[in-house]
Amino acid sequence: MTFPRTGALLILMPLAAAALAFAWPGHGRALARISAAAMTAALAALTREIMAHGVQMHRVGGWGAPLGIELRADGLGVFMLIIAALIGVAVTLYSPSYFASRQPESAPAKHNDSRQNTPSRQAAPPTAKSRDEDGQPHRTRYFWPLFLFLWTALNALFLSADIFNLYVALELLGFGAVTLVALAGGHEALTAAMRYLWVSLAASLFYLLGVALVYGRCATVDLPSLASKAQPGPALWVALALMTGGLAAKAALFPMHFWLPPAHANAPAPVSALLSALVVKGPVYILLRLWFEAFHGLITPAATHALGALGAAAILWGSVRALVQPRLKLLVAYSTVAQLGYVFLLFPLAASPESGLAAWSGGLMFLGAHACAKTAIFLTAGNILHAAGHDRIRDLDGITHALPISAFAFGLAGLSLVGLPPSSGFAGKWMLLSASLAQGQWWWIAVILAGSLLAAAYVLRVLTHAFTRVPNPLTPKPVPPVMEWTALALAVAAVGLGFAAHGAAELLQVGAPNAVASRDNNGPPAKPASAQPQPQTPPEIRRLDSCPESTLPGAARPPHEPSPPDRTAHPGAAQRTPGPKGGHELSEAGVQPRRAAICLARQARRRSAGGWSA
Amino acid sequence: MVGVNAHQVILPGILLSSFLTGVIIFFLKEEKHRLRTWLNLLGAGLKLVLVAALLAGIFQGQHYSLTMDFLPGIPFALGADANSVLFVTLSTVLWFWTTLYAVGYLEDSPHRSRFFGFFSLCVTATTGIALSANLVTFLVFYELLTVSTYPLVVHRGTREAMRGGRMYLAYTLAGGTVLLLAVVWFCHLAGPVGFKERGVIEVLMVSHRGQLQMLFVLFMAGIGVKAAIVPLHGWLPKAMVAPAPVSALLHAVAVVKAGAFGIVRVVYDVYGVENAARLGVLQPLAVAAAVTILYGSTRALFQDELKKRLAFSTVSQVSYIVLGAAIIGPLATLGGLVHLVHQGLMKITLFFGAGNYAETLGVHRVSEMNGVGRRMPLTTAAFSVAALGMIGVPPLAGAITKSYLNQGAAAAGEHWVGLVLTASSLLNAAYFLPILYRAWLLSPPKNWPHPHHFGPWETHWMLLAAPLVTAALVIWAGVFADSSFSPLAWVKLIVAREYGP
Repeated sequence: MTFPRTGALLILMPLAAAALAFAWPGHGRALARISAAAMTAALAALTREIMAHGVQMHRVGGWGAPLGIELRADGLGVFMLIIAALIGVAVTLYSPSYFASRQPESAPAKHNDSRQNTPSRQAAPPTAKSRDEDGQPHRTRYFWPLFLFLWTALNALFLSADIFNLYVALELLGFGAVTLVALAGGHEALTAAMRYLWVSLAASLFYLLGVALVYGRCATVDLPSLASKAQPGPALWVALALMTGGLAAKAALFPMHFWLPPAHANAPAPVSALLSALVVKGPVYILLRLWFEAFHGLITPAATHALGALGAAAILWGSVRALVQPRLKLLVAYSTVAQLGYVFLLFPLAASPESGLAAWSGGLMFLGAHACAKTAIFLTAGNILHAAGHDRIRDLDGITHALPISAFAFGLAGLSLVGLPPSSGFAGKWMLLSASLAQGQWWWIAVILAGSLLAAAYVLRVLTHAFTRVPNPLTPKPVPPVMEWTALALAVAAVGLGFAAHGAAELLQVGAPNAVASRDNNGPPAKPASAQPQPQTPPEIRRLDSCPESTLPGAARPPHEPSPPDRTAHPGAAQRTPGPKGGHELSEAGVQPRRAAICLARQARRRSAGGWSA
Repeated sequence: MVGVNAHQVILPGILLSSFLTGVIIFFLKEEKHRLRTWLNLLGAGLKLVLVAALLAGIFQGQHYSLTMDFLPGIPFALGADANSVLFVTLSTVLWFWTTLYAVGYLEDSPHRSRFFGFFSLCVTATTGIALSANLVTFLVFYELLTVSTYPLVVHRGTREAMRGGRMYLAYTLAGGTVLLLAVVWFCHLAGPVGFKERGVIEVLMVSHRGQLQMLFVLFMAGIGVKAAIVPLHGWLPKAMVAPAPVSALLHAVAVVKAGAFGIVRVVYDVYGVENAARLGVLQPLAVAAAVTILYGSTRALFQDELKKRLAFSTVSQVSYIVLGAAIIGPLATLGGLVHLVHQGLMKITLFFGAGNYAETLGVHRVSEMNGVGRRMPLTTAAFSVAALGMIGVPPLAGAITKSYLNQGAAAAGEHWVGLVLTASSLLNAAYFLPILYRAWLLSPPKNWPHPHHFGPWETHWMLLAAPLVTAALVIWAGVFADSSFSPLAWVKLIVAREYGP
């Protein structure tokens, strides 16, 4: 199967499954499994395809930008799709046992520590009535369609190539996520869900307003065309600020993270995993698209540093808050706030021609690492809640005795959160660190290292209790093995994927934004790539230009547009994404970094091989 | 080509022999005691065989290396040079006996699957450290060692154990973070270089002098935590809450030794001892080592708890290795490197002895040791051999070390080192001889604190075999030092490569 079909399958399959699961409640699990398997196969094919032939584009129904819907698969998009699939498969496996065996989970936890926690806890306790009504069948009935719907939204998001489609996907994602939080039932989950809904809606409005402004100014919403059409100016600055603000709120960037901990901590465990691992990554992904691809010409170093600084504050604040949470799931939720901060360090670091690619791959590697590790940890937390009936950290003494596999999974995933080698978290941190060093931005180094130590402290806080032996350990409810093993498998993935860092970096280089991929050190370092003079066509002409691309001279083609409209006619290297300069140098620019990296790795191997034989 | 096949199998084989054993053991049911023991011994035995094959291959001039993609631009690289073989042989031989000892020691205690799983991971990390061929690989195993020893330290799960474990992690993770910074920085400066005799920084010596000095400090601070250099030694006495085999492992085979080995690696194979001397960073290191030697010995004098006394003794003795590395000249290098092995053999014997006293008689304190020599003559004989070796009584292993260090210091014109060594020997005698006096010459009490009977021998045969073998090795390493099958002979080979033409 090749691109347009694989892409369509990735979106339509879960959508169809969601609809069927809604109409046909008893078969949600089977539908989810079938579509997960199909999507995995399609994704494998798609990955192979873009690794071999570069970025793939498809105009749905033959309508091109600025009117039609375009699907695009590049390194970043496929990387995110892979993460989504990994987490999606794990949740598909985990959830049936989870929902089959639990009452609404926020109830017991809430009863026991209403005195210790957020003010909202002091509100009325959950009524037994609501628990009975919202109990088992109800939750499973809606979980599967919503989950599949969420997966659809994610896949659509990662395959979209224009800012309006991104908006649509983002809205779908937000609604799916809010509804899933509410699924837990009970007062607290509903409060958290409502708060999440308001933040999400407001943020979407900001984003939509930005999109409208952009459309008014540039007459297009297509990401590649925007890259060439967007010129610095107040209107676009305002638009970008609105969009960034909205997305940052959705991504729970410090100081707009307030809604995240209650929402993530009160949702059912598999939902928490989806939220922390994937849903908050959606807006981050759009931010990357906007800042590095569409509007790179507008971005100043001061702006990237401001985002980086917020990320740094998130790392420190989130970690410190995690250290003092009384409940495991709250601790993990604050850890999400902190770990998202690392991804924002990518903004000041990746915009530089000097090892920008390292930072780009590093930040995204970290994002993937966090997705796996956090899912593993939330699933573990679900197991603990299931077995012990609560998740109060100080009462978790001796839990390793009861749940050795879950405790082991927690420890392994913790390794990745802390960033200890050889985990994928380490690989991401390593690349961020070396990029900071190469660019002389040493202050990020201090933040990254401090964040690692704080993460170690909060992971250890849980482990200390877990390992403490108590005279009469609790006799837990048995946990279905699949729940424990799924968590462990993801934790092993979080650690083992460190060895895939090399491959992930190669994937991420496919169609990496030119702002990041440019490796020539001759130009002034801070100068954004897309601000470089566009050869033949003067800006005014291009802005007013509304004729189809095929009539434009080849050199003025926007980036990421495959030269021939029909991809299958020209397989091979000709498919490589052209850069902003057009012509041969462009496809060279796409190939070169990867070639350079491979060459570097070979040299390294040779050099270190000589190390001991000499 | 035999070489290709051999090197592709042996290096990963050495690591996997314990890694896979560990993973399997994790999933064994607690009561599968016999199967677990066989697996343990099988893994340890297999590792011994593989290391022997590695040694044989290196004698025949074979080169072993293996690389794999890891971070972009930096491979994951394993290799076996003379230094790694020294350490890998030590840890493999001692691991075998420690495993046997641990099986006997932990009979009937809970969570044995978890314990032996992490035990195997721990030795995997140690051999990985030995076989790392570049700094990143070293870092990977160094941190793996930190992580895999934590569950061993807190194995008993008491509040005190948890405190000790927390202290251990606080020190080692902070050290690991500093080391990470140093490695990232170094790789940024020098590229993804491997370890190499005489160092890899020649080209940077002039242009980046200041950064190299700074980096050396970071390396030493990061690795010095595990090597327990004062003032970074605070975790070691606290980690004594661990069961005896773990202490033995921590002190003689794995953690402290990995720190010392790391320092040796950085000084000889990253910087090159001559380059380091030109940077002027060795003198401060020598002073730190000397302070550690004296401080550790002095604190040991005042410990009544036997394991604490041994812990401070470790703090002191490991710095002999660091001292040897910090003095330029082949003789000092010889003394330092050979102590890597000698200290391991002696200290593990001492810890085995301490464990036997605790397990068989319930004796934990020096003041309770009156007459243990009459009750447990074989254990006490082994203990005495090791203690005398530590003091530096010829012809035992410790004497060899001290004489080479003395000669080396004199050759380098560092006469103050001689004074430090003499003072340390006196202090060693002052804290070990009273123990031997009590054990052999005072009469035993009527009742031991918690006696435990293990059949015909003075204690369980597994607990007895291990110290006897390691004590024999202490004697062998001293008496046959000049034969061609001794630690000293191998170290001479390393030194010839470091200083040779």
